[in-house]
Amino acid sequence: MQIIKTLTAIAITGTVIIGVSSTQAAVSGPKPESINWSFNGVFGTYDRASLQRGFQVFQNVCAGCHSLNLVAFRNLKALGYNENEVKAIAAEYEVQDGPNEDGDMFDRPATPADHWPAPFANSRAAAAMNGGAVPPDLSLITKARGSGGDSAIRVSMLQPSGFPLGADYVHGLLTGYLEEAPVGFDLPEGKYYNKYYPGHSIAMSSPLGEDAVEYNDGTKATTDQMSRDVTTFLVWASEPELEHRKQLGVKVILFLIVLTAMLYALKRRIWANVH
Amino acid sequence: MSGGTSKFQSNNGLVNWVEHRLPIFSFMDAQLNQYPTPKNLNYFWNFGSLAGIILVIMIVSGIALAMSYTPHTEFAFSSVERIMRDVNSGWLIRYLHVNGASMFFIVVYIHMFRGLYYGSYKAPREILWMIGIFILLAMMATAFMGYVLPWGQMSFWGATVITNLFSALPIIGEPIVKLLWGGFVVENATLNRFFALHYLLPFVIVGLIFMHLWALHMHHSNNPTGVEIKDEKQDTIPFHPYYTIKDLYGLGLLLTFFAFFIFFAPNYFGHPDNYIMADPLVTPAHIVPEWYFLPFYAILRAFTTDFFMYIPFAWLMSAKLAGVIAMFASILVLLALPWLDRSHIRSSNYRPAFRIFYWVFVIDCLVLGWVGGQAAEGILVTIGQWATFWYFFHLIIVVPVVGVLERPKALPNSIAASINGAPQAAE
Amino acid sequence: MSDTAQNAGQSTGGNAEIDEQTRRDFLIWSTAAVGAAGTALAVWPFIDQMNPAADTLALASTEVDISKIMVGQSVTVIWRGKPVFVRHRSADEISEAEVVDLALLPDPQADGARVTKPEWLIMVGVCTHLGCIPLGQKQGEEKGEFGGWFCPCHGSHYDTSGRIRKGPAPSNLTVPTHRFVDDTTVLIG
Repeated sequence: MQIIKTLTAIAITGTVIIGVSSTQAAVSGPKPESINWSFNGVFGTYDRASLQRGFQVFQNVCAGCHSLNLVAFRNLKALGYNENEVKAIAAEYEVQDGPNEDGDMFDRPATPADHWPAPFANSRAAAAMNGGAVPPDLSLITKARGSGGDSAIRVSMLQPSGFPLGADYVHGLLTGYLEEAPVGFDLPEGKYYNKYYPGHSIAMSSPLGEDAVEYNDGTKATTDQMSRDVTTFLVWASEPELEHRKQLGVKVILFLIVLTAMLYALKRRIWANVH
Repeated sequence: MSGGTSKFQSNNGLVNWVEHRLPIFSFMDAQLNQYPTPKNLNYFWNFGSLAGIILVIMIVSGIALAMSYTPHTEFAFSSVERIMRDVNSGWLIRYLHVNGASMFFIVVYIHMFRGLYYGSYKAPREILWMIGIFILLAMMATAFMGYVLPWGQMSFWGATVITNLFSALPIIGEPIVKLLWGGFVVENATLNRFFALHYLLPFVIVGLIFMHLWALHMHHSNNPTGVEIKDEKQDTIPFHPYYTIKDLYGLGLLLTFFAFFIFFAPNYFGHPDNYIMADPLVTPAHIVPEWYFLPFYAILRAFTTDFFMYIPFAWLMSAKLAGVIAMFASILVLLALPWLDRSHIRSSNYRPAFRIFYWVFVIDCLVLGWVGGQAAEGILVTIGQWATFWYFFHLIIVVPVVGVLERPKALPNSIAASINGAPQAAE
Repeated sequence: MSDTAQNAGQSTGGNAEIDEQTRRDFLIWSTAAVGAAGTALAVWPFIDQMNPAADTLALASTEVDISKIMVGQSVTVIWRGKPVFVRHRSADEISEAEVVDLALLPDPQADGARVTKPEWLIMVGVCTHLGCIPLGQKQGEEKGEFGGWFCPCHGSHYDTSGRIRKGPAPSNLTVPTHRFVDDTTVLIG
């Protein structure tokens, strides 16, 4: 009877979880391909080389229109750069400071403490520069378009069926452009057809043409390669704590399993005379 | 206060000095140590203590977050991201708090469904049950306001939709909404006061829990047979060490479950749109509340204008107002449950006919939850309407009627008898 | 605690009962120890979150470009939210500071102990009395009787080494840790 009750509880909880997972309104359009990212899974980590390549793609392609407000130059140490390299990267950019003694605002080279400077002064300027569409800030993009950069255990029943993995969506979008819209699809002027963007007509043109970037480490810059790298970088930008979180999680859950087992043994011991 | 009889005595001078002035030691001895508890409680009785511990976790993590959070529309979103990225262990505390809210509702809903199954709300525990409903209402208000604080798209638009509901009230509706907002839309004034109230309400919940436990200790816990304690020595065991260790074990299980979400699926219960800063000029494709509100959201949306044309006296109120009233009624009707239930038998273990309806009700609540998360289109509207109908039909019609008409199984003589398998007396 | 638990094991030999008791005690103590360790580890993040955050620590050091500061010129920079006086001392100021008899000082400290390079005096510009910002950085400001800095709030006088000479301040202007990254840059903090 006890077992039945416990199993029922688990079944209900399971149903609720599955139910919850399919309650979220689905993103329209086909589901993007599921990639086996290095940061997926219980033991996921970031591929540092990919992060650096992705950062290169971001710097050279995306940063022209997209801001990365929440990332500071000092955060780039996580990509494997040392103190001096980070200072050098920061110094390539200018940030506004001031007012100075005359009361004027002025530009100065960025330091590691500064956050990534936006390519535009405000969102209205951004829209004006981009035909009315505001390029979104990319600091949280993979968490804002799906279930972040990780679904811990790739058991399909646990993955919210309505939301793709954020990383899968971004990668899908970047590689999902079609030269021509399918027959019968009414693509507005100035827009482009994308397989995965909700509604399919996106204001951003395909950003990752072959060899758009010449990788420092010599890797061939195919569209797919650049997309995977920049997606990895963007997942890191959204979740810099991911590796630490998962490593700590393994330790915490192992500890809790041991403690719970000990508590159970003690419970059985204490209850022995009642049963 | 009834509890265990305290035979508390101490040789310690300091203890006695304090005890003489504030009998805290004999109080704790009576209520936490000796306190007689039925010996046959199953694991569904763990959920009360689990809820209490989660509340403590929420308060501690909430206070830590409040040290770094800024309740101003300009800074709220970025202050939360600062917590996630710059504050030491900030991401851990934030994920603990947001997933803790989901854990809190999972535990409390199971706790309530336990009460519904075993008739724990029946005399003499009516007030215990009613205080519990007030705790639920306070939890829901707290969670609603808490979700607004990160100032994401869902924060803003969820707040807009739900506060707008009050405009359905005739005459006083619009002024009330302006009063709630502190402006003409959800804006900085709203966010700031939600923060103040979100910080306050958990302590109101603590007070309600004190009353909840006081009421509980008056007549002691119910138990799976629904038969009251007859003989303390035969039917009960002291709370410590039996239920302290059992509660600790249950806590271990809960924390393991909880930890999985914090560390490996921290955004599972959330919505991606809330990682986009609130934009009053852009409405998200689908506005959805957090999962624990979905059944009530479904009830609210069930009252569509079309549907409403078939109800007599429809001219008295709009569909919107009917939805709002039904939504609140779905919780308030639970207050009447002790009186709606006409059965003399508490536990559904001995009510085979009612048991079937109980599980139908559980499934109905799950269906309502599922409907609440979908877009309100097509067949889903009809399903939602039937599920809403059944929800109220179950509580207002089925519960009293089945209680009167059913033929229950014979109850055991006592708790002890039920464990020993003694021959059962006729009801 | 275990009066009812003692009733367990109404077994034959006293030995078996004692063994049972020892094993149960061990289980209790070991579980409690594991639980306590876990609790301590769980509590730590809540305390640590009050420590300065990463963005605050990033501003813990400030680099100052000293190439444009002429001899005899002073510049005020912000470091950890406080003003810091960076002065390019003249030869006269340096020798003045070096010849002072330490016995005369309320807070005896040799000039050499306060600087890394004698021509660069770097001090936190907060009076050690009650926290006002002393005058003397700008041309034409009151410099006090000892040619250094003067605090207008309660009349503390500091010399060309920033040491207190007269007035209620108890100690010399604080010299923050600093090092010269190269000839034109000093890193404070």
